[in-house]
Amino acid sequence: MSAIAAEAAVGRIASRITSSPLIYFSSASDNTHRFVVKLGVDAARIPLLTREDTLLAQEPFVLLLPTYGGETRRGAVPKQVIKFLNIPENRRLIRGVIGAGNTNFGDTYCLAGDIVAEKCNVQHLYRFELMGTSEDVDRVREGLEEFWTRLSQNTTQQ
Amino acid sequence: MTPEKLKLASHVKAINWNRIEDEKDVEVWNRLCNNFWLPEKVPLSNDIQSWATLTPDEQLLTMRVFTGLTLLDTLQGTVGAVSLIPDAITPHEEAVYTNIAFMESVHAKSYSSIFSTLASTKEIDEAFRWSVENVNLQKKAQIIEGYYYGDDPLKRKIASTLLESFLFYSGFYLPMYWSSRAKLTNTADLIRLIIRDEAVHGYYIGYKYQKGLEGLSAERKAELKAWTFELMFELYENEVQYTHDLYDSVGLAEDVKKFLHYNANKALMNLGYEAMFPSAVTDVNPAILSALSPNADENHDFFSGSGSSYVIGKAVNTEDDDWDF
Repeated sequence: MSAIAAEAAVGRIASRITSSPLIYFSSASDNTHRFVVKLGVDAARIPLLTREDTLLAQEPFVLLLPTYGGETRRGAVPKQVIKFLNIPENRRLIRGVIGAGNTNFGDTYCLAGDIVAEKCNVQHLYRFELMGTSEDVDRVREGLEEFWTRLSQNTTQQ
Repeated sequence: MTPEKLKLASHVKAINWNRIEDEKDVEVWNRLCNNFWLPEKVPLSNDIQSWATLTPDEQLLTMRVFTGLTLLDTLQGTVGAVSLIPDAITPHEEAVYTNIAFMESVHAKSYSSIFSTLASTKEIDEAFRWSVENVNLQKKAQIIEGYYYGDDPLKRKIASTLLESFLFYSGFYLPMYWSSRAKLTNTADLIRLIIRDEAVHGYYIGYKYQKGLEGLSAERKAELKAWTFELMFELYENEVQYTHDLYDSVGLAEDVKKFLHYNANKALMNLGYEAMFPSAVTDVNPAILSALSPNADENHDFFSGSGSSYVIGKAVNTEDDDWDF
């Protein structure tokens, strides 16, 4: 995306500005959304429709995204997430990735999380299946708390 | 049981793929088409030598497991997916079910490709005779079939999702087990393709079930939820017997049961419900899990500390115009 296009996008999305430390995408199946509801933390959802304006992050955040069963890397990251990450400010503020998926998709399990982690040079912090079990919810809630504490202690490195 | 004649869709309109009511229909259609495969693409004959290293008991078990899977795929292709068509909410959903039905027939046929590659006609005929006579196998097919012919569209979807996402796994365990021991690895590759397809099927039918719940009364929703868990228990008890019957001879029944619990939870999640089995009984053998998905191991859990050895991928230079994945 060109700088001009990005600026134009910023102008349009005043209402899409978010300071949530967790930003996520969930398709109409709502699996990932259910996980976030169980997590009970401040979170912002990337709009379902690609044509809608995407979010603009104001604070560092962790991105949570699902992978659907695909055979190749191409198409693994949902278009809505690509649109979100096409905004340089969003890429600058991403600190980690959490992947949702299904082990039945073999070596593409949580592939979208791998791709984003690689592209943005951040950790793929955790993976869970479908809407996650209660253990997944506990581990991610505690893990995120610890993660943000550690990051705030290291702010000078940023 | 004398099944009634299956109902057909009462009214058919020309399907317009340029006017979409539910994006999920297009997404799943495309996913299924991209995932399309045929057994002829898998070099099964490379497993002939490996097959010869199995003991007669192990060969017999493998034949029986695969005829059991053949029965489920046949049921789902010939009755299950087709029975969902009359209740489809959108015309595109009808088309997705025809795709699922055909693919189930491909799956059923692919087991015959494995058989003809590895076994004699006599062994094959005996395994098919076993599948007709095995009480637990017949029972699970009959339970599901009963609801396919029944008159509740949502119960049909529940039964269908539990078949796709739970009932196959007592069988899928075995090729994953062989694969983890470097045996029948080409057969395992073929089974992984089936597992991938069934995952999309279970996800989609479960999703449509949840769409069907929208707008229903709280009482009806509660009734269907209770019914789902009852059916799951009924099927689970039968699966446990089936598992002991098959796997006791090789001492794997307890390991298989963990895999059943793990997949029962995922089947319930596909229907929008919480997992039922606690983590204490879903700790699937890591070798089986890694045969299923090489990325599923604990080294990828950064939060738990075991991910301390996690090696981050080398950053890819990101340009603003580089986000065309």
